Parts: sequence; C-alpha cells; structure tokens
Amino acid sequence: MREDVDLAKDLAEQVRAARGPLAIVGSGSKRFYSGTVHGTMLDVTGHRGIVEYEPTELVITARAGTSLKDIERALAEKGQMLAFEPPHFGDGATLGGTIACGFSGPRRPFAGSARDFVLGTRIVNGKGEVLCFGGKVMKNVAGYDISRLMAGSLGTLGVILDLSLKVLPCPAAETTLGFEESAANAIAKMNRWAGQPLPLSAAAHIGETLYVRLSGTESAVGAACKRLGGEVVENGELFWEEVREHQQVFFQGSEPLWRLSVPPATATLDLPGNWLIDWGGAQRWLVSGAPEANIRSVAAKAGGYATIFRNSSPACDSLTQLDPTTRTLQARIRQAFDPNGVFGGTGAAVAA
Amino acid sequence: MSAVIDSAAAERPFPRAELAREFRGFLPTECVLSTEEDLRPYECDGLSAYRRVPGLVVLPETITQAAQVLKICAARNIAVVARGAGTGLSGGALPLERGVLLSLAKFTHILDIDPLNRTATVEPGVRNAAITSAVALHGLYYAPDPSSQIACSIGGNVAENAGGVHCLKYGLTVHNVLGLKFLTMDGELISVGGKTLDTPGYDLLALMNGSEGMLGVIVEVTVKLLPKPERAQVVLAAFDNIEKAGEAVATIIASGFVPGGLEMMDNPTIRAAEDYLHAGYPVDAAAILLCELDGTNEEVSEGIGRVRELLQSEGATEVRTARDDAERLKFWAGRKAAFPAVGRISPDYYCMDGTIPRKHLGPVLRRIGELSREYGLPVANVFHAGDGNLHPLILYDANKPGELERTEELGGRILELCVEVGGTITGEHGVGMEKINQMCVQFSKEELTQFHALKGAFDPRGLLNPGKAVPTLVRCAEFGRMHVHGGQLKFPEIERF
Repeated sequence: MREDVDLAKDLAEQVRAARGPLAIVGSGSKRFYSGTVHGTMLDVTGHRGIVEYEPTELVITARAGTSLKDIERALAEKGQMLAFEPPHFGDGATLGGTIACGFSGPRRPFAGSARDFVLGTRIVNGKGEVLCFGGKVMKNVAGYDISRLMAGSLGTLGVILDLSLKVLPCPAAETTLGFEESAANAIAKMNRWAGQPLPLSAAAHIGETLYVRLSGTESAVGAACKRLGGEVVENGELFWEEVREHQQVFFQGSEPLWRLSVPPATATLDLPGNWLIDWGGAQRWLVSGAPEANIRSVAAKAGGYATIFRNSSPACDSLTQLDPTTRTLQARIRQAFDPNGVFGGTGAAVAA
Repeated sequence: MSAVIDSAAAERPFPRAELAREFRGFLPTECVLSTEEDLRPYECDGLSAYRRVPGLVVLPETITQAAQVLKICAARNIAVVARGAGTGLSGGALPLERGVLLSLAKFTHILDIDPLNRTATVEPGVRNAAITSAVALHGLYYAPDPSSQIACSIGGNVAENAGGVHCLKYGLTVHNVLGLKFLTMDGELISVGGKTLDTPGYDLLALMNGSEGMLGVIVEVTVKLLPKPERAQVVLAAFDNIEKAGEAVATIIASGFVPGGLEMMDNPTIRAAEDYLHAGYPVDAAAILLCELDGTNEEVSEGIGRVRELLQSEGATEVRTARDDAERLKFWAGRKAAFPAVGRISPDYYCMDGTIPRKHLGPVLRRIGELSREYGLPVANVFHAGDGNLHPLILYDANKPGELERTEELGGRILELCVEVGGTITGEHGVGMEKINQMCVQFSKEELTQFHALKGAFDPRGLLNPGKAVPTLVRCAEFGRMHVHGGQLKFPEIERF
C-alpha cells in the first residue's frame, strides 16, 4: 500500500500554474464515461489516505486519491458501509472519482445516492484556491451546498481534495429473493412493494426474473421473506456486485449501452434492444443500436432522460437534453468556479 | 434589535405607488399591499427580534404572475425577498424597506399525488404537515418534520433545507426533494428533476435546497414519499448527569442502530415541558433521552430490547418504553412543544442552532453552562442528539435594557464554540440575517468569495434577498469579534472602521 500523503498545496500550485486545460484523473477506471481526455493530466492518486474515521460519528473523511477498496475495507472492519453502494468499475477506483462521477449502486433508491452521503469537501477551484465547504456533521446549512454540488460534476468545477461522507451500519442480515416475472409485472410489483413498509434494499429485473434484496435484522428479513415468497437466491452478495459492476452477461456486448433515468413505475418502454431494470424501475439499462434521437425522446416522454453510458462517443452527454435556459445557467455555474476554463480537459460535455 | 442596514438602499425614494399601480395592472387589487397597516404584519418572520416594514407586499396567485412581478422588479433594479409561511428562525424572510416582499402564501394547491411512483407535487405554500395528511390514505408520508410542521410551508422548507427529529435516518429536505420549479430574478422559469431519482447536469437540487431565497423563487416542489413504518415505538431514558446522556447517544449509534429519532432535553427544558404539557417526564432528571425506533414489527421489537439494555448499561436511572401509541405521542408532544414551553417560563428566548460532532456533546454542554453563568443568562438545552444538532435556548427579557445585546453576544459565543470543535453555526435554521456575522468565523475570504460568485451565476445584480446568508467581505472586516487563527487576523488587508 502506498503512503498517505497530503498533496493539497502541490495540486493547488499545479492549477495556478496551468497554461492550458487540465484533465483531473484518478485511476482512470471510469474513463469510458468521460470520453477523450484533452489537456494536461492532473493526477490526484498521490493525494491519498483516510484522514479521520470515527465509527460513532458515522462519518469518514478521506483524501480523493484513496482507493475505494481501502475505504470499504476500513468501514467493513467496524461493521459499517457506504450505503450508496458505489460501483468501482475497476480495481483502482478512487474516492474522488467515485464522487466526481456520482454513480450509485443497487441500494440507491432505498438508501440514497452518492451525493446524499456527502457531508463536506475540500476542493481546489479554477483559481487554484483551496476551499472547504460543508463539514463532518450530519446537518449543516451554512452557505450554499457546494459539497453536494461536486457530486456528479465530473471534475469540471474543481479538484476534489478531501471528502467527508456519512456512513451507515451494515445490515445484520441480507437475503435475495428471485421471482419468475415479465418486465411489466416486475415493474408493478417492485413499485407496489416499495410503497409498503418492507425492508427492501434492492430490486431489479434481469431476463425473466425479478430479484429483490431484503436487509435488516434477522427477524425483519425472515418475516419479509415469508410474506413475499419467491426463491432464495444463493450468493446474493455476488449477484448484486455483478449488477453493480456491470459484470452481468447483459453488459458484455459492444453495442451502445444507454442509461435511462425515469419515474420508477414507468411501464416498459417501447424501444428495440435488451433491457436490465434496476433501482426498482428508476434506472433502466438499454443495449440498443436504435437512433439516439429516438431513445432520448422516449425517455423524455416518460418524464426522464437518457445518457449514453458505454461504447459510444461522445460519452457523458448528460447536458445535451437540458433546455437552453438551464444550460446557460449551468455554464454560468461552471464559470463561477472556473472562470478561466482550466478544468476543460474532462467531462467537457457537462457544460460545454 | 439594533439598526439593520438595508443594503438595497439608494438615494432616490422607493416608488411604492408607482409599483403598486403597475402590479395591480395584472394582479387582483387585494394581492398588492401598500398601506402601513397592511404591510406591518410582514415586518418579521419567526425571528421577531429583527423587524423591517417592507416597501410593498405582493401575493401573486400563478407562476406567470410571480414571473411578471420579478421581471418588473428586475427592470427597475428593485430588490425582492421571497416569503413562505414566515416561520423561519434566522430572519431569512426579513423584508427590505426599499424592496418588494413576494409572498407565496396563495400557492396552496396540491397538484399531483402519485402513489405508485411515491411522489407528491405541490405548490410552495402547501404546509409540511398537509402533505402527509393528503397522502396518508395511500400508507405514505413525507419524512422531514421540522417542529413547526403544522405551520411551515414546503417552499420555505426547501429554501432553508429544513430538518426535524427524524433526520438521522430519513435525511434533511435535500434528501427528500426530487423536483423543483423556480423563477430566476429575471422571471425565467427553471425546471429541475421531477419523479426521477437524478437529474442531468450539475445538481441544481442540491444547490437550491438551503439557498435561503438567494438564488431563485421556488414555485413548485416534487417530494419523495415513503411508506409509513409498520410500527414506531419510543424509549425514554433519564440520566442524573448530562454528560452520561451524551455518552449514551454515542453508544447507541456505535451499536449499529440508526434510530428514527434521538432527542435530548436538559433539566430546565424537562421542567418547562412537564409544567406545560404533563408528558410524564421525570422532573428530577439532569437529562432525558427520547429514542424512537421505527420499521417492521420484528425490527422494532428487537431494537427496543437492545436499546433498553444499552441505556441501562450507560447508567440511565430510569428507562421507560411507551406502552402504546397514545403514550408515544405524549412523550413526543413534550419534546415538540419544548420551545413554547420554555417561552412560558421566560419573557423571551433566543434559539440557537449549532451542530457539532456527537463526541463533543459532553464538553460543549459543559462549556455552554459556563458561558451561561458568565453572561448571567439561563440557557435551556433541547436538541437533536442523534445529529449533534444543538438548540440552546437563551432565556432573556427584551424589556431589560441591554439584555438582547448580551443574549446575541452569548449566542455568537456558542456558535463560535461549535465551529471550534469542528461543527457548524447552523444545522437547520439557516444563516439568514441572524448568523451572518458568524459566517465570517466559519469561512475564509476565498470561500465567501466563491459563494458570491455562485450567487452571481443565478442573480448577477444581487437583487434576490440581498444582505442575507453570505456576508460581504467588508461586513466581515467590520464584525467586531473576528476569528483569530494562530494569531492571524482574518481579512487583514480589508479596511475597517
């Protein structure tokens, strides 16, 4: 394991000295999403280490270059976890990259998203200033919520130096159940159950099976299993890891992979291709060669939006469906952090 | 309150009559208030120590009308303060003598309830508790429950990122809002999110929650609804020492439990609440903890047993479990009415809102006690212990000369103490007008400048709620008790009086 180092000053200096666009990079595990990197690399992996972790506070503070694996290991030792179940998408995934991309795993609809767990951050803005926002406490409304704004900003607003995240205790028991269901029935069931007091922690439909995970105390999980029926899925933990990490066969092709974010109870969508429905219906993966405009308009009609996730370029196009007024506002937000466009090297499409 | 400087003040007179005429061109007459007697009721929000009669009050009924009001003000360079139910505790809706107060009080419609997607879309003037009432028949509820929930409106909840007693488990307002529509100062309508779990681009929902009316005027809110837990039960534990109670809080959290609510009250508060409501609290206890567990029947049964054991092993002198829902509500009634109860024992009280890491609860409470003696002003403590969110109530008498000033100073010292131990000056009430000086203690010049730049992206001319939430650097330079880091004065290069 590499040594813990605080490179904040050094990174700030590099931002101040930049003469052209910088591309903030961690391990590169999510490069497929950001598309081509332009400009000079600003490597943050050296800025690493857990700064503070006290299980009774339910808060961990770590530097951006710390590997997600190290963080998850430290938490697991104390029976705690990152409840948004972040996808790694690669062995070296860093904490900074995880939050900068803002991805969340199967637990998201029931526990919250990456941004929901951000409590505070230290960043370098485009002027090379080191700034702290938020903190290490659960409730904090002093100033605008810049810490949470950093989640999903793809390195376009600043270099994330440190993050304080809320953590939660691991559930005492977890069981995954499988039910033979069509997609349409699965969507209806997942949403009906999500409206009832059940200890749900994941719900997905793959192939012809609805998978549901229950988490909580032994007795609560046992009672819910009895109530819902279905078949217990062996190795549930591995199963959800494969869903989270896109290791299921579904994800293995080379056709474009789309992510559709829609209201969870949306009926099956009329688009050609293969579907994997996660997040209780709210996140739908589509492998399809259908025309882009078609996919986007179907998602928009359903009250959601679609992004190209893998196997296409340009990637990370999440802004392209925003209306002009919102786009202008987003571009101005970017300017407020990075007036000279220093962070133009990655995620360019976010606020281009 | 000592004079508050109206930052929008200019030399030319405020064109009240002219503006009122213009607004009445598209608003019903009764929706434009311009006489002294009509304006007076709007002079303050829930923080009555700060008062200012607004230049004009408008109460539009539609988004188009609200947009029109903003466009007219923008064209005339007139500042606007948005106001919901006016229950805010930091003076965030304090009006401007030379500005327009835009009340959202007429936006009271529930627009859509979607039980299958578990969302409700409502206008900003809908009361927090009214959402839960409207969706209860579907077995759903809206989780954030600030103590003012029967009166406060959802638009204000979003603007302040309101909390409540169930935040540790269910989050703040920001965690429970899925979509927003807001108007910019130029009257442009921006729509963010909806019934999806995320939105494209930068997370504007994160920014708008808690933005204190500085970035936009919220005109529609879509909230997430949760299934009502099968069962909720509350345990009351008494302690003969407040620090022991603080340690018990840490032990419960460390044991792998996330209670639905975990609240603490100190002796003065217990007595006041008991006198007021007869909740059955042990009046001799130095502190009581209220720990609520909710979830499935089995979960709660298992949890109650474990929590009782933990509390006893932490030295609780008495542990009681509410026998039924009626007793559970009685236990909570005392807590929820703690502020008015304290109001009965003192002519005035001043409510603070700092948050600290839980591990510092004991020492911070001890220090607050010392400060209370130093200033000769009693302090009652009631707070969201699970979140480390303190609400020290300073008891004073505004009619005694100088007492409010001393109260404010003591309050400031308490907030600075929160920052010192790694906490924040406000957990859920917002900065508003009240804590603007303490922002200078919590943030550096560069950080404040970044806030201003962000505000500029939404409202380049600074016409929305000017003078609140984020202090100017000049104000920080003038703020008397400035924070000193390692002997270094902050903002040394800025001229001060």
